[in-house]
Amino acid sequence: MAGHAFRGEDFFSLDDLLSDEERAVRDAARAFVSDKIIPIVEKHHRNATFPTELIPQFGEMGFLGANLHGYDCAGVNNVAYGLIMQELERGDSGVRSYCSVKGGLVMYPIFSFGSEKQKDHWLPLLAKGQKTGCFGLSEPDHGSDPAGMETKAELKGDTWTLNGAKRWITNGTIADVAVVWARTKEGIRGFLVEKGMKGYSAPPIEGKFSLRASVTSELVFEDVKLPKDAVLPKADGLKAPLMCLTQARYGIAWGAVGSMMAVLDEAVHYTKSRVQFGKPIASFQLVQEKLVEMHTMLTHAQLTCLRMGRMKDENKLKPHHVSFGKRNNVRSAREVAKLGRELLGANGICDEYQVGRHMCNMESVYTYEGTHEIHTLVLGEHLTGIAAYK
Amino acid sequence: MQIIVCVKAVPDTATRIKIASNGQKIDQEGVKYALGPYDARACAKAIELRDAIKGDSKVIAIASGFSDGERDAKKRLKDVLALGADKGVFIADPDPEHRDPLSVAQALAAAIKAQGKWDLVLFGRQAVDDQNLAVGPMTAALLGVACVTDAVALEVTGDKAVVTRAAESRTETIEVKLPACVTAQRDLAEEKYPKLKDILGAGKKPIETFAFAWPAPAWEVKKLSAPPPRQAGKIVGEGPDAVPKLLELLQSEAKALTF
Ligand SMILES: Cc1cc2nc3c(=O)[nH]c(=O)nc-3n(C[C@H](O)[C@H](O)[C@H](O)COP(=O)(O)OP(=O)(O)OC[C@H]3O[C@@H](n4cnc5c(N)ncnc54)[C@H](O)[C@@H]3O)c2cc1C
Repeated sequence: MAGHAFRGEDFFSLDDLLSDEERAVRDAARAFVSDKIIPIVEKHHRNATFPTELIPQFGEMGFLGANLHGYDCAGVNNVAYGLIMQELERGDSGVRSYCSVKGGLVMYPIFSFGSEKQKDHWLPLLAKGQKTGCFGLSEPDHGSDPAGMETKAELKGDTWTLNGAKRWITNGTIADVAVVWARTKEGIRGFLVEKGMKGYSAPPIEGKFSLRASVTSELVFEDVKLPKDAVLPKADGLKAPLMCLTQARYGIAWGAVGSMMAVLDEAVHYTKSRVQFGKPIASFQLVQEKLVEMHTMLTHAQLTCLRMGRMKDENKLKPHHVSFGKRNNVRSAREVAKLGRELLGANGICDEYQVGRHMCNMESVYTYEGTHEIHTLVLGEHLTGIAAYK
Repeated sequence: MQIIVCVKAVPDTATRIKIASNGQKIDQEGVKYALGPYDARACAKAIELRDAIKGDSKVIAIASGFSDGERDAKKRLKDVLALGADKGVFIADPDPEHRDPLSVAQALAAAIKAQGKWDLVLFGRQAVDDQNLAVGPMTAALLGVACVTDAVALEVTGDKAVVTRAAESRTETIEVKLPACVTAQRDLAEEKYPKLKDILGAGKKPIETFAFAWPAPAWEVKKLSAPPPRQAGKIVGEGPDAVPKLLELLQSEAKALTF
């Protein structure tokens, strides 16, 4: 790739630990984000719209389900996949969310738990960006505790009947297929529900001040009739959706790094050029302290991600490692965005600059895919052997 | 049709160039390399032409330069292979920093001739590091073919190419018989992003080595110096009232305006 003007902070020369291919993937994603996402995202964020015209372009680049093999997926390793998530979130968390929901929460369950027929039909369409998917686990009354879900499916003869509601579902309104988790006689199972099925609707949730350049929806099921083979045959119990979440959370840990790169870059440039009391504000100690804190959090997060990626490629990465990455990196990104916003003063609250958008976005990222607190409890259980969820 | 595109590894455009303390070389600390923007356009055009022409067309990318480390020119050949080129040819140069453009052109011309049949050779108009703008035209001279520089459009029909080039305050449309050399301006093609699958596939495409006996350099770079630091700006006033004074100074002092 010809050089594109963004140079992400790389304090410990982690680039030296990346293969040529991993760097080429990162650079391609970086150039794509600089040219295609950054110039338009401010408008989408302001209007609370998702740039749907990018979906086929994501497909063409290979960003969708990039770490899956076969079925028209790119088949890159997990470090390269993470680097794509990092770059996408440098653009916007909402745009990264589209890709991580699709790859980790829609394509991954079809790939891992689906029948050959389901895989052959859906995966190439989703990979090429010809179709969109969503993942329905959370409900209005069951967020952190999905085991309490009320959506249920009953099999009579050859037909499942689905009733209930999901809430806070990324891509819901624009999805052609929804991976929906429901209670059945044999426990929690996953179903593929298609747009346009009678009794299924997906109205958008309005009024968000976070992740505005992403579609978030409710899914409503009123006696939706599904064929017998709409169930994901190999998904058995709550373990299946939790495995999906481990995939997506891994990408979120990398995404948080991208957000921090964008914010730090903007804050360093701004503070060096903004003059108060006759000098650039970057020359004041209190400002430098903030920049150093931001830089330290970013650098820790980068080190965590690369190690997680290598472990994932060696099949050694466990859910508690992913909880560590998601919890630490998103907490840091939320803190970094807040400090960045402070450093930009009044400009920090306007969408002409990126920091305010990242700051608002991080509120969603902090809460979704397991809240910060839930990951604290996962790690607490890992340390003590005592589950403190209830 | 056989299309050749010559590329060079140059510091990416985010790099801030610093001169090493001995005043002879660029300080390599933290410098990342990439295809230059003009080379990238030349590659995009070469691949576009190949894809538009039916039959057995190929794009061969040639690069001379370092053979290892961050500056490894083979990495840039991989970039071109990821964009869709069919084969890379690498010319190892033990000392590219002190190589003069004529020597580079000699190496490229020899490697091009070794490819057998070739119809069109594309270059970026300049390498964005040393900005000699020389290698394309010199290579053409050594090959004994025409060179159309600063192309903003290029079409091939039969054994001819129609090239539009940017000249001062006008464009020129030139018909040139093939084989020929063309150097690319930015507008020649839209820059392409490599697809992830093609990045993975690039590793499986061939990169051949072309051995070249480098001649003694035709010139020697004696010293590098940084441009003088920019002088502080001057505030002539504020608001519309300051405009006449500003115009006057732009004319008389900065000599930036002529009426
Ligand atoms: C923008 C956005 C997009 C989303 N996309 C999706 C999607 O695509 N698919 C999907 O299924 N869901 C999605 N979600 C839902 C998300 O996963 C849930 O919001 C999240 O799991 C938290 O659930 P809740 O909002 O119901 O909060 P609650 O579970 O009600 O939690 C409220 C607060 O209580 C705390 N808390 C709860 N239980 C405990 C405990 N045992 N100990 C300590 N503290 C506790 C939480 O940490 C939190 O601070 C999305 C959410 C957002 C905001």
